[in-house]
Amino acid sequence: MLTCKDLTELVTDYLEGNLSPWQRVRFQIHLGLCFGCRAYLRQMRQTIRTLGKLPPEPFPPEIREELLRRFRHWRR
Amino acid sequence: MAPNEASQDISVPDTSVEDRASNEAQLIEALRRGDETAFARLIDTYSGALLRVAMAYVPTRDVAEEVVQETWLGVLEGLDRFEARSSLKTWIFKILTNRAKTRGTRESRYEAVGLQTESASGADEPAVDPARFRQQGLFKHHWAIMPTAWEETTPERLLLSKESRAYIEQAIAALPPGQRQVITLRDIEGFTAQETCNILGITETNQRVLLHRARSKVRRALEQYLETSSMKSHPFQTTDSQR
Ligand SMILES: [Zn+2]
Repeated sequence: MLTCKDLTELVTDYLEGNLSPWQRVRFQIHLGLCFGCRAYLRQMRQTIRTLGKLPPEPFPPEIREELLRRFRHWRR
Repeated sequence: MAPNEASQDISVPDTSVEDRASNEAQLIEALRRGDETAFARLIDTYSGALLRVAMAYVPTRDVAEEVVQETWLGVLEGLDRFEARSSLKTWIFKILTNRAKTRGTRESRYEAVGLQTESASGADEPAVDPARFRQQGLFKHHWAIMPTAWEETTPERLLLSKESRAYIEQAIAALPPGQRQVITLRDIEGFTAQETCNILGITETNQRVLLHRARSKVRRALEQYLETSSMKSHPFQTTDSQR
């Protein structure tokens, strides 16, 4: 039987679809029986979702202008 | 909760590979023709992401901005030689990481130092504080202090507050460079594992280890934040009968 500690180390392989079919079954059986690990997996998914929604880094408009100016002269 | 939901977090681009390739071919044509609108659109699409990735290599934002600028000039220089063996996006980010690496090493040996500490602490860094697990008995290595269930809308609520956004950015900035590079590409910018390996020039296994360490640490940081900040609401109390 997997321990909770094992599960926290396998969670990325699980999410990446990188476990063997047998490991995957063991992982899912543990999840089915363990409230704490279900919460952990959910936190992990929410962490990933949070990162995916971070606003883009603002890019300085001066640099943008400068690049467009360079582009205009690029072929000459 | 049904456990068979593994891959739903992995974002899939909504256009097919063929569509993307033909859009890209058109875009490259337009750029080679000198179409300024096309170039403006391209830099508006990717500069924010490039800046984020550059910041994972160099010590300051100013330097990162310069690296992004150099990258775009490199793109213009190389455009005639671009052969679409990788996607345009991957190619642009590869130019960036090459420049950023050179720059990072020159600026403060930040990169080299980072790589060293990483390989030293590498794979045996646990995902979760060992004190969270029982140390002995039948349930050894099972939760002693269980994770609490976060509310469904936790990600959205975190991102609404400026304070918590800053906290998240800080947690990412605190990661060792390799972990920061991988999590930025994969989870923030939505690159696939394969694209990430390609851009960073690392193996699939290495990518996965770095991603795992990075995600585990960011989760931990969010957990700490949620437990101490004002965002704590209706915590799901779990008690451990053994304590
Ligand atoms: Zn468990």
